[in-house]
Amino acid sequence: MNDIWQSHKASLIAIGVLIVAAFSTMFVVPETMQAVIIRNGDPVSVINRFKPGVPFGRDGAGLWYRIPLIERVQFVDRRILNLDMEPQQVLSSDQQRLEVDAYARFRVIDPVKMIQTAGTEESLQTQLSPILSSVIRQELGRRPFATLLTAERGTAMANIRTILDKQARQYGAQIIDVRIKRADLPDGSPLETAFTRMQTDREAEAETIRANGRRDAQIIQADAEAQAAKTYAEAYGKDPKFYDFYRAMESYRRTFENGSGESNIILSPDNEYLRQFKGTQ
Amino acid sequence: MPITVGMKVLDGFRAAVGLSMAGKRNPWGKPSSSGSDGGSGDDGGEGDAPDGGSDDGDAPRGPRNPWLPPSRGGDGPRRSASIEDIFRSRGPEGPRRTGGGGGFRLPERPGNGKLIAWVAAGLVAGWLVFSSTHEIQPKEQGLVTWVGGKYSHKLLPGLNFTLPWPIQEVTVANVSQIRSEKIGGDGERLLLTGDQNLVDLSYVIRWNIKNLPRFAFQLDDPELTIREVAEAAMRAAVAEQKLDDVISGAGRGDIETSVRARMQQLLDAYHAGVQVQGVAIEKADPPTKVIDAFKDVSAAQQDADAMRNRARAYAQQVRARSEGDAASFDRIYAQYKLAPEVTKRRMYYETMESVLSKTNKTVIEAPGVTSYLPLPELRRNSAAKSDQDTSKQGGQ
Repeated sequence: MNDIWQSHKASLIAIGVLIVAAFSTMFVVPETMQAVIIRNGDPVSVINRFKPGVPFGRDGAGLWYRIPLIERVQFVDRRILNLDMEPQQVLSSDQQRLEVDAYARFRVIDPVKMIQTAGTEESLQTQLSPILSSVIRQELGRRPFATLLTAERGTAMANIRTILDKQARQYGAQIIDVRIKRADLPDGSPLETAFTRMQTDREAEAETIRANGRRDAQIIQADAEAQAAKTYAEAYGKDPKFYDFYRAMESYRRTFENGSGESNIILSPDNEYLRQFKGTQ
Repeated sequence: MPITVGMKVLDGFRAAVGLSMAGKRNPWGKPSSSGSDGGSGDDGGEGDAPDGGSDDGDAPRGPRNPWLPPSRGGDGPRRSASIEDIFRSRGPEGPRRTGGGGGFRLPERPGNGKLIAWVAAGLVAGWLVFSSTHEIQPKEQGLVTWVGGKYSHKLLPGLNFTLPWPIQEVTVANVSQIRSEKIGGDGERLLLTGDQNLVDLSYVIRWNIKNLPRFAFQLDDPELTIREVAEAAMRAAVAEQKLDDVISGAGRGDIETSVRARMQQLLDAYHAGVQVQGVAIEKADPPTKVIDAFKDVSAAQQDADAMRNRARAYAQQVRARSEGDAASFDRIYAQYKLAPEVTKRRMYYETMESVLSKTNKTVIEAPGVTSYLPLPELRRNSAAKSDQDTSKQGGQ
């Protein structure tokens, strides 16, 4: 070992220096990053800048070099990033409140501008987030409550995206999409009144169903009675006088024989039943 | 660069192997002869002497030398050395000194070098084999990245070869596996429907990776993106449906289809490399606060049905009775028409008989007698009768 050191001292040192130089010169740009080379505070070039349609593997990622000490490298995310906002209360044009939570997806397309204006992705996000909120409040506030919920939301979203994109371009970012992920009634009275409305709505429905049931039942019974009356009329109509007699007999039986309570009958000898009782005829 | 380094290491390895092979032949062949000569394995001062490094003296003690020396020509010198050695052993020191001692010691030293070489070779070979062959399972794909993260290519199922580890790195992911992302389900999660009602909804998104490089490099947080896209799509879809359709299930198929289509469209627009396999609504309930009212609606439906059933039962009864009455009247009337007077009389007497047989009867005979109703009498009679009844009951 000593021999090697002795005999190759110069070359070993040279190798060491080379390694150090390599490490301070070379840097790695992953697929997910763009790198801005800053020379003495002045961004001079962008490596692996996002270009639509360029497949992975053919972009600029990989090993790159820089001039040590003079050039500094700052990485900027190349992927689609998430821009979130705090849930917002939006007042619709018909004065109803809606709690809206939205997100935007963006990508840094001009890293140099982004570094000059915002600095880092995080500070870009904190700067864009309030813009997103206010744009959403403005755009949705122009629309009546009902249309916020339905497909008409699509055009509102496109408007919001356009406005926000215009702002974001100043930071070197491109807004890809804005979506509402939640649009809820705020807690408290709006939610309570909605519940009350739903409840009364259901109660009305339940009552309607019951009333319909009652009506149907009445109709069914009346139909049956009408049919019974018809049957009776057909049968008894053949001889009303006999029916009178027949029915009277049945009625006597029911009243005196099967009916409850004590019955006392005082008969006059002239009664038809006692006609033979006298024995006169 | 590392490739060439690898090559160098390989060369070194090969050289080491070659040396060990050469050494093996000679030293082992040698000591056998000396062993037969000396026998006892005692390493005396002579054993140390070669280490001391007197070149000429060492040369004859063959087994050691073959390791060191390219300088030594070939078999010739060795053989002569061995003869010399034999003679020496026969000398005064003969019995003590052994080639065996040399043979015993020598392999140990070169052995260290050999072992290191073998281990190094093994490590290198292992590193080469393990880091450059990749078996990708049927459901998986591998992502090959160069050192530093530049994307190289994609590995499909089967046995694949790449450059060894530091140069190319392989990340294997299961692309066919359907992953599911459950949204909602813990606590109440209210969505507004098209008719401005609220529904408590939870659902499951099933997805897999469609394009692995895109999935790996395009989005900062694919899972979060999928969740948010799902949420946005679901809200939009539910807002197009009426509450009843969402809850009853009539609109569920539509919602699931439209959410899936919307999600796919959005994710494709993001180049997310994600395939949405399906959306399944797990639960769609009214909010808990008003659920009683909703339950009451179905109860009302039951009530209404019950009322209808009762009415139908009554109707059947009425109808049947009317038919029965009519039929019996018809029968009797048929008989009556055959003999009207007699039948009528018979019926009259029979009825009167059965009626009057069970009632108290008072016949007032005399004409002209003012008849008073003997109410106290009647009452007494009836009282007595009821007493009788009660005593009867008491007796029982």
